[in-house]
Amino acid sequence: MENDQQQPNLPDLNLPPRPRPEDPGYEMVDGDGNILLPGYKSVDGGHESAEPLKSSTEAQAGNPQPAADRSKVQALILTGFGINCEEEFAAAYRLAGAEATVVHLNQVLHGHVSIHDYDILNFPGGFSFGDDLGSGVVLANKLRYRKNDQGRTLLDDIREFVAGGKFVLGICNGFQVLVKLGLLPDLAGTATPEVTLTHNASGRYEDRWVRLQVNPKSTTPFLAGMDTLEVPVRHGEGRLIIGSPEAAAAIEARGLNCLSYLDEAGAPTAGYPRNPNGSDLHCAGLTDTTGRVFGLMPHPEAFLSLYNHPDWARRKRADPGLSEEGEGLKLFRNIVEHIQRQPSASASVQPKARQASI
Amino acid sequence: MEPTQRTIQLLLRPDQHDGEGQRIAEAARRHLGLHTGRVQSTALYTVRYPLSDQQLRDFATHCLQDPVLHEVAFDEFRHGPEYRSYILVAKLPGVTDDEGISAQNALGDLLNEPLDTHTQHIFSKRLYFLEEALPEADLRRLAQELLGNKQINRFEIGPLTDIRDYTPRPGGGAEPITETVPLTGLSDEQLVQLSKDNLYALNLEEMQTVRDHYAGMQAERTAAGLPLDPMDCELEIIAQTWSEHCKHKEFAALIQYRDLDTGEAFEVDSLFKTYIKDATSEVDRQLRANGNDWLIKVFSDNAGAVRINPESLFVWKVETHNSPSAIDPYGGAITGILGNNRDPLATGIGGARLLFNTNVLCFGNPEFDGTLLSNQLHPRRIFEGVRKGIEDGGNKSGVPTVNGSIVFDDRYAGKPLVYCGTGAVLPMQLDGLDSWEKNIEPQDRIIMAGGRVGKDGIHGATFSSIELDETSPATAVQIGSPITQKLAMDFLILATRRGLIRCSTDNGAGGLSSSVGELATISGGAVVELADVPLKYPGLRPWEIFVSESQERFTLAVEPAKMEELLALGREMEVELTDIGYFTANGYLDVRFADKPVAYINMDFLHDGVPRKVLEAEWQKPQAQEPTLAADLDYTDVLTRLLGSLNICSRESVIRQYDHEVKGRTIIKPLMGATGQAPQDAAVVRFNFESWEGVAVSNGILPRYGDLDAYAMSAGSFDEAVRQIVAVGGKLPNLSYGDGNFWSVNDNFCVPDSVYDPVSNPDGKQKLAKLVRMCQALRDATAAYCIPLTSGKDSMKNDFKADGVKISVPPTVLYSMTAKIEDVRRTITSDFKQADDVVYLLGETYDELGGSEFYQFFGELGANVPQVRFEAAKALYILIGEANDQNLIQSCHDLSDGGLAVALAEATFGYGFGAEVDLPAGLPVPVQLFSESHSRFVATVAPEDVVAFDQHFGGRATRLGRVTSDGQLTVRHASQPVIAADCATLRHEWTNGPVNRIIGFGQHETAQQ
Repeated sequence: MENDQQQPNLPDLNLPPRPRPEDPGYEMVDGDGNILLPGYKSVDGGHESAEPLKSSTEAQAGNPQPAADRSKVQALILTGFGINCEEEFAAAYRLAGAEATVVHLNQVLHGHVSIHDYDILNFPGGFSFGDDLGSGVVLANKLRYRKNDQGRTLLDDIREFVAGGKFVLGICNGFQVLVKLGLLPDLAGTATPEVTLTHNASGRYEDRWVRLQVNPKSTTPFLAGMDTLEVPVRHGEGRLIIGSPEAAAAIEARGLNCLSYLDEAGAPTAGYPRNPNGSDLHCAGLTDTTGRVFGLMPHPEAFLSLYNHPDWARRKRADPGLSEEGEGLKLFRNIVEHIQRQPSASASVQPKARQASI
Repeated sequence: MEPTQRTIQLLLRPDQHDGEGQRIAEAARRHLGLHTGRVQSTALYTVRYPLSDQQLRDFATHCLQDPVLHEVAFDEFRHGPEYRSYILVAKLPGVTDDEGISAQNALGDLLNEPLDTHTQHIFSKRLYFLEEALPEADLRRLAQELLGNKQINRFEIGPLTDIRDYTPRPGGGAEPITETVPLTGLSDEQLVQLSKDNLYALNLEEMQTVRDHYAGMQAERTAAGLPLDPMDCELEIIAQTWSEHCKHKEFAALIQYRDLDTGEAFEVDSLFKTYIKDATSEVDRQLRANGNDWLIKVFSDNAGAVRINPESLFVWKVETHNSPSAIDPYGGAITGILGNNRDPLATGIGGARLLFNTNVLCFGNPEFDGTLLSNQLHPRRIFEGVRKGIEDGGNKSGVPTVNGSIVFDDRYAGKPLVYCGTGAVLPMQLDGLDSWEKNIEPQDRIIMAGGRVGKDGIHGATFSSIELDETSPATAVQIGSPITQKLAMDFLILATRRGLIRCSTDNGAGGLSSSVGELATISGGAVVELADVPLKYPGLRPWEIFVSESQERFTLAVEPAKMEELLALGREMEVELTDIGYFTANGYLDVRFADKPVAYINMDFLHDGVPRKVLEAEWQKPQAQEPTLAADLDYTDVLTRLLGSLNICSRESVIRQYDHEVKGRTIIKPLMGATGQAPQDAAVVRFNFESWEGVAVSNGILPRYGDLDAYAMSAGSFDEAVRQIVAVGGKLPNLSYGDGNFWSVNDNFCVPDSVYDPVSNPDGKQKLAKLVRMCQALRDATAAYCIPLTSGKDSMKNDFKADGVKISVPPTVLYSMTAKIEDVRRTITSDFKQADDVVYLLGETYDELGGSEFYQFFGELGANVPQVRFEAAKALYILIGEANDQNLIQSCHDLSDGGLAVALAEATFGYGFGAEVDLPAGLPVPVQLFSESHSRFVATVAPEDVVAFDQHFGGRATRLGRVTSDGQLTVRHASQPVIAADCATLRHEWTNGPVNRIIGFGQHETAQQ
């Protein structure tokens, strides 16, 4: 506050014209051609598109998503407690044709929102609870131990959700949560941690772009038809360590290590910085044995548009017809289209009784 | 009764690599010359909560231990047999312990019990074992210089045979009593001494004014049942409100200016009013006359606001956090960035969504190898600590750090400058009300939201208004908690959209005293009950509660009818809300503790009673001359070494530790190209995913030019920021009627003590004259470009004094600019795009090597400091915008440090191109290569567009040559080669410069194709 004792006294600062929501946004001219109201480019309310909580009155009325278009694939995106990539995550699903709902984790934990009303449950990146005890640890702990009024944990619900044929996606911190919950790779099917994600070999957080290869053995619908993928990594704890040689062998045999870091020549690499963290198996992402639970350290939701890529300007010059869509969007299109193709699995067809969870 | 204290230790399994231990051993050897042998790092959690053995075991194994990585020990300090000494790093009482709080959170989840996280039951510590049996002095050095900071940490050290534990026990201090501080009858000396002893930072005249005010209030105070002498809290409130930090007394002073060269003399009636506010009023008049009414809020709130479109406002604020960063670099920087985030968050009603952070840092030479003064931290430590603070502050809040700059100069070795900027988007309307307005009605409740109050940061406002010395107080240090603030931020965004909050402000410098004091000016008074304020621990005096700067707090004004819904939302989102009083209209700030008076101050006196300063300024042009350099310089060698010099070399190791693309909206990042190593000018961020509108962000800062002429330095800094935005395709404002092309600029002055004192500050008049000239340049620049200032800050005492030596920063100004980008897809990056594109120089070069990096390289300053020719610059910037509209520009890089030669080299770094360039006849080669004349660019043009480009620019563009695919930079003059360099070698020198070496950058591979 610069010299706050002096109130602003600018000429007609408090006089119209001042834009109002009801203003049309285009230029308004009187009969003599004088501009009455300058024109502005409208952005269709995009800034306010990701509200994390519905008001308590709405929730109590049993109408938490009044605008939901139930004919679309339903993606539920969790936020709160230090999660911070929920907006681009929601944008990714919307661009892929799904309906994205962002809710505060407590809405789910307190039973105001049921994950069973959705097709895909999403854990975005961020620093949940500050990552003070290790990335994702406190959040995973909450999902594993915190019980609702019915004595159920959210982990119970998630396991039922997955068993019912639905999908879970975790990116960065969300991947860390799924790993610490034991949902990835979950070789034994008991949600017991078999691997971990810990400090990068470099000992530091880094933001840089990497190229990934999709494991041809992987059957997950998230990566169907994809070969390589460029994406940014932004993490300090992305180094996958597999607890035992047996687990590593099982992961490889079943193709659960669905993404690996590539060097310039296109070969999987352990070398820094193309492999930014020194992961076992050069691994950037894992699925469970069903392929329906998927987590990865890099951020496909940060490459929704060509213009996210550091080399966009040169590539566009070299190929003026280049698509404006980012490579990361493909992954979201994949899963949305996969669910749409499923004959009856969509939440839109089988809405569960929401009352049960309130 | 004290519950039993239990200890959980986490150790890495023997088959796991101890990266932290290894890094400590390396750093000890490299920075301190200590040979530790192997180092084992372990984590300790001390639990002071009643748990059964089984519960403790479950907690440790299920919540703390990573079964793949760790083994667990209970109530022992387990270590390998080879270790001989130990260092325990604990936190001092009251210091933020997020890790301990997180562990507590986990314990509550495990037990399914509501465990109050506001009372600390679990304390996190680090315990290190060293192979060598080092003497205590070495262990202490290692602890204090590598593992922690004695201002915030408690260390226990020694041989392994004798491990001492330490667990902080905050509180137990003072009773909540209020004392009076008699002023009547004190001599002038006693008044000054009282101000110094109590850290009021008030001068004699101000102390006299306070004394006289109380002398005149006796009847009124008797009638109100108050003591005649001021109460301690009252003096603290006055000192905080009147501090330079909050009141900007020197920017409001009457200044008598004399030019000793010309004999000219004039008076400046407030620098702020004359050169900043009035200049912006004139800009606004011109904008409005031309249908551009986007300037919504300037200088009157926590941040300035301009309109993006009918739905939303762009809010922009840049602050400094210099003094705290000198004492505790990490804590100072993280509270700086988190505190600056709260400014846009709490502008108007509040609840803006943060879009990006920027930071500009000024440090001493990190390779300094001389003797440090008492309590002066090594510049490398300050650099690393500040960098880490910005990393955690930005990354953990989910705000991308899109832009920045680091300037090195030995004069920043005492006090670093840490500028933090935050841009945000606020809806025009929140629940039907104008979002940028702050309205409060009497009887509205005062709600404190977010963190709790402790002793941290007491006296920050007054402390930053005095110079640092070796006895600077530890209570001024605060540690930020990004997670606490993130929760409060999410809450504020939602509460404002539901119309639950009348308005908000942040608790920064001055704490509640400042936030409530300022909000109370809207309604005309307030009543505060301090006994209701939640504390981190007992033992705070009432005045300490009121002025504490404990972080992550907002003060909200709430209609009584909305209280219930607001409190329910707070519970749902786990944000602590406390009703601590209400607003009134009786003209008094009325503060109580358990209903007993603590302060009762007339608001008019508090806000308008400070006596005005009268200061003297004297200007004399410094003696300077151009050096004579050898005629046979090897310019290839000079360029190579300049690229590896401290102020030009790559900052990649710093940049990559900041998340610059969270939120997925960053279009131009600090480093671009296929290599990810081409440095850019301005950053560009889009506002959302539904439109292509965005904002460009730039910084202008050129302190070294101030040694020659502060006017030219300030004008040049302003131009540098403008041309960075022009380089990425931004357009100047007000070019056509109602174009809506907003610009929003923050000015940030950081100067040494500029108040003349014959003994302590004999050159104070010259310093003040420099400040006046910087402000004059600012006024001229805003008028020339029609660019408005929207907010700003001045930091006036950037001196560090110890052992009889004073280190003062050079007078510095930072201009932080933002401008609307209509369509981010049409922005321009700096790196060359294709072979055979034609290379142009836009703008004119002058014989202006004064203050250049080139002269600096030879240890010279020179005399011909670059001048800004505003009219010519503006015409060029307009031409560039038009050319970009016609798609004529393929790359554009502004010329700054190192001039044309460095800009050409940097433009090749993105892909592996080279360039062939012929310098025109005329100016000498070194001038053409290295002059830092302003308002110039290197641009490339597709071969097919050359005719149109030439026609468009006429004489303003000089054709230099072409982009090549061979990766060689060749520069000729009169057909003779003057530079012949391999671009990969240049990039290698640039990448492996001192900054990346010091921050410890990994090995880099060659450019990808």
